[in-house]
Parts: sequence; C-alpha cells; structure tokens
Amino acid sequence: MLSSGFALIFGLMRIANLTHGSLFMIGAYVAASVLRGGYSLVFAAFVAMAVVGLLGAIIERFILRSLSNNSQGQVLATLGLSFIAADACLMIWGGDPIPINAPEMLRAPMEMFGFMFPTYRLVVLLISMICAVLLYLLMERTRLGAMIRAGVDDMQMARAVGIPASRLFTIVFSLGALMAGLGGTVGGPMLNAYPGLDADMLPLALIVVILGGVGSLVGTFVASFIIGFIYTFGIALVPDLAYVILFLPMVFVIAFRPSGLFGTMRA
Amino acid sequence: MMKKYVLYLLLVAILIILPLFFGEYYVNLGSQIMVAVVFAASLNLLVGYGGLTSLGHATYLGLSAYTSAWLFQNFGMTHDYTALIALVFTTFVGAIFGWISLRASGLSFLMLTLALSQIIWGIGYRWVGLTNGDNGIAGLTRPTPFGINLENSNNFYWFCLIITIASLFFIARIVNSPFGSTLKGTRDQEKRMSALGYNVWMIRWVTFVMASFFGAVSGLMYIYLNKYIHPSVISITSSAEALLCVIAGGAGTLAGPILGSILIVLLKNYVSGFVERWNMLLGIIFVFIVIFMPAGMAPGFTQLKNRLFGGKKP
Amino acid sequence: MTLALEVKDLKKSFGGIAVTQNVSLKVNPGERRLIIGPNGAGKTTLFAQITGDLKPDSGSVSIFGNEVIKKPVHARAHMGMSRTYQIITLFKQDTLAHNVVLSLLGIHQRKKNIFNSLTTEDELYDHAIEFLDSVGLKQQAFRKVSEISYGEQRRVEIALALAQKPKLLLLDEPLAGLSQDERVVVADLINNISKEVTIVMIEHDMEMALAFAEKILVLQYGKVIVDGDRDAVVNDPKTQEVYLGH
Repeated sequence: MLSSGFALIFGLMRIANLTHGSLFMIGAYVAASVLRGGYSLVFAAFVAMAVVGLLGAIIERFILRSLSNNSQGQVLATLGLSFIAADACLMIWGGDPIPINAPEMLRAPMEMFGFMFPTYRLVVLLISMICAVLLYLLMERTRLGAMIRAGVDDMQMARAVGIPASRLFTIVFSLGALMAGLGGTVGGPMLNAYPGLDADMLPLALIVVILGGVGSLVGTFVASFIIGFIYTFGIALVPDLAYVILFLPMVFVIAFRPSGLFGTMRA
Repeated sequence: MMKKYVLYLLLVAILIILPLFFGEYYVNLGSQIMVAVVFAASLNLLVGYGGLTSLGHATYLGLSAYTSAWLFQNFGMTHDYTALIALVFTTFVGAIFGWISLRASGLSFLMLTLALSQIIWGIGYRWVGLTNGDNGIAGLTRPTPFGINLENSNNFYWFCLIITIASLFFIARIVNSPFGSTLKGTRDQEKRMSALGYNVWMIRWVTFVMASFFGAVSGLMYIYLNKYIHPSVISITSSAEALLCVIAGGAGTLAGPILGSILIVLLKNYVSGFVERWNMLLGIIFVFIVIFMPAGMAPGFTQLKNRLFGGKKP
Repeated sequence: MTLALEVKDLKKSFGGIAVTQNVSLKVNPGERRLIIGPNGAGKTTLFAQITGDLKPDSGSVSIFGNEVIKKPVHARAHMGMSRTYQIITLFKQDTLAHNVVLSLLGIHQRKKNIFNSLTTEDELYDHAIEFLDSVGLKQQAFRKVSEISYGEQRRVEIALALAQKPKLLLLDEPLAGLSQDERVVVADLINNISKEVTIVMIEHDMEMALAFAEKILVLQYGKVIVDGDRDAVVNDPKTQEVYLGH
C-alpha cells in the first residue's frame, strides 16, 4: 500500500516524493490518536486517510506546484518536508513508540492448511490485494484514470483537450498520500507508531518501486511481495544485516536492468 | 587579475591570525566550519558542477573517519598510515559506488546513492563487532605532523586551514581546467556532449571518484577534530546537511560551499542551543531555499558585488 | 571508393509500430544528400540510428567503411561524424566562443586535463573565434547564447559541427524556424561548405533543399519510396504522390 502510493506519484508525476515515509508515519500516529479516543480501527483508518490525503493535497498545491519544472527542487523540497514532519511528529506525539492494537476479533491466529497464521496479517494481505485491484481498475478502466494517464503522457495536449491537469496532479498526489495513510494505519498493529518509522519505511517504498519498475503498478505489487519476503527471512536469518540485505536486490536490479523488473521506462 | 590574488591573500592572512583574538570555543567552531567546507566543496563537484545530485555523500566522510579510527584502535597504527589507508580505501569504495550509481541517472542515481549510503549506515549501526555500533569509537588522538602537537586548538585550526586551502585550491584547478569545462558541459547538455565526442559516463565517474576523495579528506579532518565517531555521521541527515550547504551557498560556484557551510554550521551551533528541533529547522530552510533562492547565496552576492564595484569578466 | 555512409537494411520498431523498414542508403564522399518525407516518415529516427542515439533492431550502418552500430555515440565523433540538431541544444548560459571551444575539445586530448586553467586567452578560444567568423558571428563571440537571436543560434550549431572538421556532416532541419532572410544566410553557409565534407541533410524547405541536393531519398512510414538523382526523384510520380496524396 505504501509502495503503490509512491509508485503512483513517482511513476505518474515523476516526483520522487521523499515525504512519503513521513506521510505513512503521520497516518500511523493519527490512527493511534483516534484509537486512543476509543474508536475502532476501521474508523481510525478513514480518519488517517482523510488527514494524510489532505496533507498531500496541500503539499502538492502549494509547494510542489511552485517548483513545477524543477524536478531536483521537488525532491529536495520533499526531503526538507520529511525532516519537518519528523520533528513535528516528535513534538506532537513525543518520543516513545505508541502501540496500535489490532481489533479484537482479528487477534487470534487462524488455522489454515494445517498452519497457524496470524489472522491480522492475512487481513492486511487481503486489504492490500483489494487496494491493488482497485487502483488498477481506477487507472485502466475509469475516465479519471484515463485522464491521469493522458495528463502524464503529454500535459500540454491534455490541457488542450480540456483535462484539468493541475487539479489532476493534486488528486493523484492526494491519492498517493491517502494510500500511505492507509498503509500507516493498517500497518500500525504490526509496526506501532514511533519516531523513525518514516525513515524505516521510505527506503522500502523506494526499493519496491525501483525493483518493480517505474510506471508499472503490477511491478510494484510483485516487488513488494518479494521485498516483504526478503525482509522477513532476512530478519530471521541475519538480524544484524537485514537492513542491508534489503537494499542489495535494488542495487543489483538498477545496476543491471535500470527499468526494473516490469518497468516501462527508466526512472 | 592581480587584485583578486591580493584579496585572497588578505583573506587568508585574516583567517590565520583569527585564533589569536578568539577563545578556544570559537577556534574550534572555525575548525568545524572548515571540515564542513571541505565536505561541501567535495559534494559541490558532483552536484554543482556535474549536475549529479547525491544523497549519500556522507558515506565517504564516514568511511574515511571510521577506517582511520578502526585502524588506530585495533592495530595501533600511526596516523600517517591510517590517513593514507583511509584515503585510498574510501576513494576505492567511491570508485565502486560511483560505478554502480552511474548505471542510472537523475532520480535513480539519487536513489542509488541513498541506498548505498544506507547500506553503509546499516553496517555501521548493526555490525557491532566491527564498528562498536551505537556506542561509536572513542579515545582517538590527533596526528602529530612534524612533531607538532595538534591537541592545541589553535594548532589544529591552522592544520585544518592548510588542508582546507589546499583542497579548495585543487578543486578550483579542476573546475577551471578543460576537464572542468567538459564536466559543466555534461551537466548542461548531456546528449550534445556525447555527440561532440565526450565519454559522458567516464567524465562523471572520474568526478565521482574525485568527490569521494575530497569527502574522505574531510572525514579525516572530522575525526581528528572530534576524536570520536558515531554511525549517525553516515545518516541521511548528514548527507542532507551537506547538500543544503552546497545549495544554500550556491551550487556550481567556488564560494558556494564556503558560504553555505558557514551558515549551516553557525546555525546548528547557535540554534540548537535554543531550539531542540534542529531537524525541523533544517527541513524548513531546505524548503525555503529550494523555492525562493534556488541559486543559493553566492550568485546573490556576486550580483551585489558587481553592482557595487562594477564590471564583469566575459 | 569507400562510401562515406552506408546504411543497409535498417529496421526499427517501437512496440509493434515499424518506424524504419528495410532502409538502405549509399552516400559517396563529397556528396550532397537530401532526405525528405512527410512528418512521421521516420527521418529523424533514421538520423538517430546513424548517430547512435537509437539502436536499430537489425541492419548495419558504416561510416567510411567502419561498422558503427556497436560503437557508442561519443566514438562516432572521433570517426569524423558531426551533426546538428532540430532543437537547439547549445549551452545557453555560455558564450558563443565557449560553445565552440567545447566542440573543439571534444576530439582533443586536452579535455582530460584536470589541472591547467582554461582561460579565454587560450589558443582554443582563438580557433573558436575563427570558426565563428566562418559563420559570420565573430562580433558576437563573447556574448551568451541566450542573448543572441534564434537564427544566430542556428549558425552557432553549424559552427559547432564544423569545428570538429568532420568528414561526414548530418544536418537535421537546419532551416527550421528561421525567417526568410535568415534562411538565405544559413543556406549560403551550407552551400559553401567544402566538398571535402559529405553532407546528409533532412529539410522541409523545398526551395533551398532542392537547390542544395545532388541526390534525394524520399521516406514515408519508415520506408524508402524513391532514391536517386535529384531531377529523377523530383519528376518521379511516386514522390508527388507522397506529398500530394496526403
């Protein structure tokens, strides 16, 4: 979910949104606060998505818009924003990790095919698949998706045929941010909300998108599974260097196949 | 032409006598600034003159510092050897990382430099056996070139000054050489340069190696100054600070990294007294500069100078 | 006699669309070859495959007898090939002289020098000014490219190409976007280039192009429709169909 949001923004708008990790983290924190108020996780998810999506819209509208032809500037601006966000979270929520609990009914492990699976994670899997499908349908089958794709291919032409490109970009960015917020909430019970969550998550998003290939949502999806596997096994086998192991596939892939596994273009 | 040299000499003379008028705190601050200047200048080669934005430059400062520290700690080597090995090793890693990173360009290049830097950072933190992890390596000493004791702040300041001036001198030579012109050419019109017969990849790779060398130099300065090293030196924040120094000061100018480093180091030292959220301030400055002053301070000052003193070289 | 440029059976497709279909071309040394065709005919794509910016799917390209497909773009400049671009790709923030100097350095060992200063007193700048003189821009030598007119920029493009003393010169729509007066100036320039240089040109300005051309290649949808001497091609019914039946 995190990565698809990033892929959306990067692949379509060519903006490497380094704030993405922060948005994820903000989503997690917001959700945590909502939960503390005694609401359900589902409600928290919606709130988180709304807040983060809105933040995304604001960022795009005001900051990224003014840097529209300066892709380096955009990257740096989002980098700066991520620092601001990180410290802001520290200020608002303090330095201790905040636990986020999975809903009651999903806590007990489920038995499937003779193995015990943590139920919650299965649910997360399900949600991410639904999201992937929804996103795919959005992009490929709806008018909005078509407009977005047109806008990215050729902004001038798109404007000429009446597509509100700028507004579209804001929408895309919000959508991407929204996904990050959702990811933050849903991932909450597994990761908790803590300072540094953004720094941990962002590289993952980067790796997944680069590995999967820019411009391909399918690639992102596949890649996130691959990375997920490597991460989990890596932590189990070589805990000290798990972090490092994560980056190696990305480095190799870029080095030898710069468009990624499924990519349609070089980043 | 002569006027320019006289100006430089005057500046250097002032810098030399500065420690005699200020207390130890300020002298050390001066040394700190100089480390940042060399670090930023090395990054400027890549970013400003080469047009290759890297978010992983802290790797080279860190690697060089750690190598020096590690060799000293575990083998008791004297500093002439640790320095040599640190420089050679770090530049070697720079050559390899440069090769990998330059398989891509633009954004992918940025992400590769970030990724590689994170790998080293991860190793620095987690491979506790090698690097002592979060505790860092302490108990180091400063070298004693020609028997001069560098524990004395003033002596160390002058030591840094010599290295800084030498580094800036060489970097200036590179920038003003034919190679420097071709480097700037690849930054401005990559395809055109290829068509004109330049091996753009090679030009960039050589620049990367040079940048990592000077980054290594700053790493040695860093560890001698602080006598302590911690993995946070290799973090994204560290690389981002260097980037900010370059951009705020003015990428692609010789004065840029100097101005930028002075600004950032001073800010860091004074502001962190009042404000706990240095990161946030860093972020705000970043966004501000990128949006409102993308060319940095140096061009602004040049314009001012031209208006005051008139005249411009063709 | 070795052909200056020989293209054999070049093929290139982009995802199912064939942009170059079995294109073959032979250009003799000193020849003035024109490539024409309606928009989308694949002219610039063909150029790109000759210069190395695009890799063909199959076929071969030889410059003075040397097969170049496997060679990187920058190697071809060293083989005597120069080109100009349809869109201006000059170094806008640099002076005209500096632009030409970069061209001169491209095939010069000195470009590897990382130590000695390159100032405007350098002899390279003197050479650069000579080339600028040959395109009538000596007075502007130290102005920035961004400060001169579009027509003058086009002439700088040509100066850049000529500075490398090429044996094969590829001109991509050198008259594009120029006013009538500017066209005359640039056309004159091109027509006065020494016969030691083989020129292959893409151009839409028929008046100038036909005056210039010795042989013409007509492309449409990536295929060669007509290829031969100028008069023969102009009078060929197929040529007229390509342009009128559109």
